Amino acid sequence: MSIRLENVDFSYGDLVVCHNLSWELPSKGVVCLQGASGCGKTTLLRLLCGLLQPSAGSITGLASGTVSVCFQEDRLLPWRTVLDNVAIPLKGDRLAAAAMLAAVGLGDYLNSLPEALSGGQRRRVALARSLVMPAELLLLDEPFTGLDVDTWQLLVPLILRRAEKCPVILVTHVADEATALGASVIPLTGIPLTGELLPQ
Amino acid sequence: MKAKARRFGIFVGVLLFWLGVWTLLSVWGGQELLLPSPGAVAAHLWRLCRTSVFWSNVLASLVRVLLGFLSAAVAGTLLAMLTTRFTLAHHLFSPVLHIVRAAPVASFILLAYFWVRLQLLPSFIAFLMVLPLMWANVCQGIEHTDPSLLEMAKVFRFGRWRTLREVRLPSVLPYFEAACTTGLGFAWKSGVAAEVICSPPFSVGKEMLSAKQYLETAEVFAWTVAVVLLSVCMEMTVKTVIRRRKGGRA
Repeated sequence: MSIRLENVDFSYGDLVVCHNLSWELPSKGVVCLQGASGCGKTTLLRLLCGLLQPSAGSITGLASGTVSVCFQEDRLLPWRTVLDNVAIPLKGDRLAAAAMLAAVGLGDYLNSLPEALSGGQRRRVALARSLVMPAELLLLDEPFTGLDVDTWQLLVPLILRRAEKCPVILVTHVADEATALGASVIPLTGIPLTGELLPQ
Repeated sequence: MKAKARRFGIFVGVLLFWLGVWTLLSVWGGQELLLPSPGAVAAHLWRLCRTSVFWSNVLASLVRVLLGFLSAAVAGTLLAMLTTRFTLAHHLFSPVLHIVRAAPVASFILLAYFWVRLQLLPSFIAFLMVLPLMWANVCQGIEHTDPSLLEMAKVFRFGRWRTLREVRLPSVLPYFEAACTTGLGFAWKSGVAAEVICSPPFSVGKEMLSAKQYLETAEVFAWTVAVVLLSVCMEMTVKTVIRRRKGGRA
């Protein structure tokens, strides 16, 4: 059963962001949400991961309710090491966390604190944390911000491997990123988002 | 290691400077009754240290101050949790705590003299002085917990206990540490002041008052130095415990 938004309404006070919005997510693969700032991309992701609740309509198909997110900001625990930060969603499976960190090129920084890393390295830790968590849906909110081309291209196969198992929703302003991930693109033109969301 | 040695060198230099200033002032004043020299105070302290009365007085005062401080730390933290969680509790308790914070310590000592057993009065005063400080700091810590980390904890399904351990406590810890450091000084100051005014048996304050009555200024200084040293030792112990707690998690 695929994940589906059914006639969802959502507003911030008087500002209507979604009205009667429906969207059926594919069972796997990458879907890219593209649009200018303030067009409701992040709100959609927050609805999908349960941080926001629709005022009307429903979100169905999330059997266990586990959604993994790479937020727009890194959101790492500053008092925890890089390895701990990635292992936390795994309830302490440090081996899997260490393997994922090695895969994103941070194998030498397992015991460093986030403050000792550069912005791009912290971004990779945040991405590693979202990739390592077993989930039914992976949400990536501008995951490659601050990364050079070589680095984000190193991460693409990891995301694609994940996309073979569950749907991956990517928010990005960079067309090349969507292309590299072979994503179907849904252009968002502005709020309120209404009707059925369909790929281009 | 080099930085540690440098810090120690600076500490010794500063200590020697102020001991020099003290000695000069004492020599300039020329009256041991008004300002005894550091040497006279050290000799007095050494003499005191070799008596069992000194240690029983110090121990009794230490227990009283610790009792007041620890109960204030627990109560202040619980109150902070309550007042940040429930608006009604905030409206109810915050004016009282602000009044306690602003009122002169002497007023409480004189009033509590009628309410509390003499032996417990210094603990009660230390408790009253530390409680608002602890409450205010922990409240600040709770309010400054990064909401984006709380959202992250929610998404990654930390659960209530893990969120408390991984996000909330480490966020509050620096504020709690600052409150402990300042609070310990407050506890000693107010606790000894209460002992001086109420003179409970076996107390540093009673000995200070008695030394003052016999014009033993050097002894008053010696007791003061003992209290300062105890306060510093306790502060360092608390800091070490908190740092270890931080280190244990990292």
